[in-house]
Amino acid sequence: MSFWFWHGLRRGIQSTRYPSVMETTPGVSPGRPTFTKFGSSIEAQQAEAECPVGAIVARGKTADVVLGQCIHCQRCHFGARSVMDWRNDYEWAETPSANQLYVPMPPAYRHSLHVIVVDAGDCGACLHEVKQLNNPLYNVHRLGIFFTPTPRAADVLLVVGPISENMRVPLLKTYEAMPTPKRVLAVGVCAINGGIFGRSAMSAGGVASMLPVDLEVPGDPPPPLAVLHGLLAITGRKTPEKGPVVSR
Amino acid sequence: MNVARVLIPPADPPNLDRIIVGLRERFNSAVCIVETGAVGSVSCKDVATLPALCHYLFWDAGCSFGGLIVEERSQNWELRYLFLARGSGWLEVLVTLPLEATSVPTISANVHSADWHEREAEDLFGLQFENHPRLGDFVLHDQTWGESIAPFRKQFEMAKVHVNGQVNPSWRPLLVVQDPGAFAMPVGPVYEGGFGESVHFILETVGEDVLRAVPRLFFNFRGVEKIAEGKDVNNALLLSERFAAKSSFAHSWAFCSAVERICGIGIPPRAQRFRVILSELERLRHHVGAITGICESTALSVSAAQAAIIEENLLRVSCRFTGHRYLFGLNIPGGLRRDFLKSDLDNLLSGVLRAVEELKVLEERLSFTSSFLDRLEEVGIVDPKAARDLNLVGPVGRASGRCHDLRRECPYGGYEDLEFEVPRENEGDGYARLRVLFLEAYQSVRLMRQTINRLEDGPVHGSCRPQLAGAALGWVEAPIGATVHWLRVNDSGLVDRYRIITPSFNNWLGFHVAVEDFAFQDFPIILATFGLSATECDR
Repeated sequence: MSFWFWHGLRRGIQSTRYPSVMETTPGVSPGRPTFTKFGSSIEAQQAEAECPVGAIVARGKTADVVLGQCIHCQRCHFGARSVMDWRNDYEWAETPSANQLYVPMPPAYRHSLHVIVVDAGDCGACLHEVKQLNNPLYNVHRLGIFFTPTPRAADVLLVVGPISENMRVPLLKTYEAMPTPKRVLAVGVCAINGGIFGRSAMSAGGVASMLPVDLEVPGDPPPPLAVLHGLLAITGRKTPEKGPVVSR
Repeated sequence: MNVARVLIPPADPPNLDRIIVGLRERFNSAVCIVETGAVGSVSCKDVATLPALCHYLFWDAGCSFGGLIVEERSQNWELRYLFLARGSGWLEVLVTLPLEATSVPTISANVHSADWHEREAEDLFGLQFENHPRLGDFVLHDQTWGESIAPFRKQFEMAKVHVNGQVNPSWRPLLVVQDPGAFAMPVGPVYEGGFGESVHFILETVGEDVLRAVPRLFFNFRGVEKIAEGKDVNNALLLSERFAAKSSFAHSWAFCSAVERICGIGIPPRAQRFRVILSELERLRHHVGAITGICESTALSVSAAQAAIIEENLLRVSCRFTGHRYLFGLNIPGGLRRDFLKSDLDNLLSGVLRAVEELKVLEERLSFTSSFLDRLEEVGIVDPKAARDLNLVGPVGRASGRCHDLRRECPYGGYEDLEFEVPRENEGDGYARLRVLFLEAYQSVRLMRQTINRLEDGPVHGSCRPQLAGAALGWVEAPIGATVHWLRVNDSGLVDRYRIITPSFNNWLGFHVAVEDFAFQDFPIILATFGLSATECDR
């Protein structure tokens, strides 16, 4: 079965060169709406009304976007009466609030970061995008980021999903089992504020309701590179924006 | 590990009219035929005959079980037992009970795949099913929730916190194996290299082989069906595509077709075609993902890496084509949100064809890798008889001799005039499931090419007036299997009851058959070959 060896070699290196070079292949990110100038205030209000989660806020003839709330429903993009401008970037990591101090992991973790992923009610999209980081096209091992199934070896708790009631205790146990220093990364709009599931008797509406969140990666789901940006920000190799980020 | 393989003789395809005649003959006094058509309806007036009636439909008439829909109306309970008469449509058995009624006879002694539906209804509605051997501790885990609450009842307060966030320390799982030295191996809910969906498996053993496997699901239970109540159709649509991302397009399609059926509107032919294209794109991507999972589970790293590259490339192709990597935000009641250009389609087709070429190379190499095949062949066998008993759907069912595919048996959305094959294997082992995945992926591409060639010009969405009230069924063959969405919209255009019956829910019930009597090291491989989604099951 030596053909696998040659098969792998022949394909060559496929990994992205991010973060040293920005990745520009089409389709790596769905992008998100951004601050838009309209011809009239009515159009701006239409855009606001079109948004099912209140991420678009009309201000005179313009519309701001609270990026942490966008659920990528594309209602302001395709077939909309007022089409928002679109930006296909992916460096989306932000701090939970403007006054929360962003403290990256100590320098020893810059090139060795172990991450445990907890699915706390996720729809599978965020989880799958996080999983893609192990894909040869992203290959986060080259950056010293590793995924681990045990909380004892983990430095970062990566949470996806709105914290379903049945996952609350497993998540808490995972957090408590992790050694310090540790950081919590909330990935996806559901983990940030509950997303479309919101807060109910079945879900807690975000990680912040039970654990201190250090960084957030908005998006529904955030593409793999956005999650990578968040992980790099935790190591201090990228700087996150001060949240909540409003494109204005 | 030789299991006697009995093939079911191909029965005559059951015909809805003939079944209804049969029902009249046998249960004349107890049933009254309400409606015939694409979704036939039979009202069961005498609840005591319900088990016999369902037994007749499942075993004598050869229908497969679609699911149980429980609805709390203002005056009474309405229970709909769905059956699919292959090739001719759905038949619902309607049972109406006064609201004070607390129990219904169980049908799961006769129709085993109704077992979990009844357990779910007991947990969420507090309805008792007489003579059901095991109720409770299903959706609402006993260690977290009390037995006294019924969250899907209308009077339940969703805004209130009903648990105290503590685990009941005296809770213990129910263990059955009592041999000397027997113990239970817990797996999950946080496990599997970090990327596993939250499921907890209790594997009971005396050493090497798994004697009894119990998946404890519903860690991801977000009450989607309940959250949807009171929302308007457009907001409920967001939930339908976001509760299970790996088959989001299929679920949103099923939801939209239910809405379209309520409103009594058709959708433009161009939108119809695009729905087929997108749904097959999703199936292709899902199957490549499942194949990646199988390669990973056998620790054949190079093949896993190559399959993962194909999968990510398909995600990028999807994103480039539709604007979203998981096809969110495309379906709307009445058609599609956006149209596509010829150049978009060319990009899509070239991306998909490249993926398929790579997939064929991968398949060929895998079929010559003996270390890989050794882990799959004759492992995790579900024989055709068990598959029929458990009513398995999707690729898992089709690898065990079932030919259950809604695109064929209950055609929808323009599949009637498309040529494709439904791959079927009889071995029921891991390798059969892998072969079915590969073959279905190729068929998906065949369907996409055909559909692109038959595209007509025109609009992609018509008018849809969701203010029309009513209830309807929508069904789609999702990548994992048949999914059914049942929706009732009230007079003010708000969702009154939304019921999602997912293929994962259906197939998790049969998962233990594949795992039991195989060794521990086969467990992750069997799990991967089943390719089930916990979050799709949990909702």
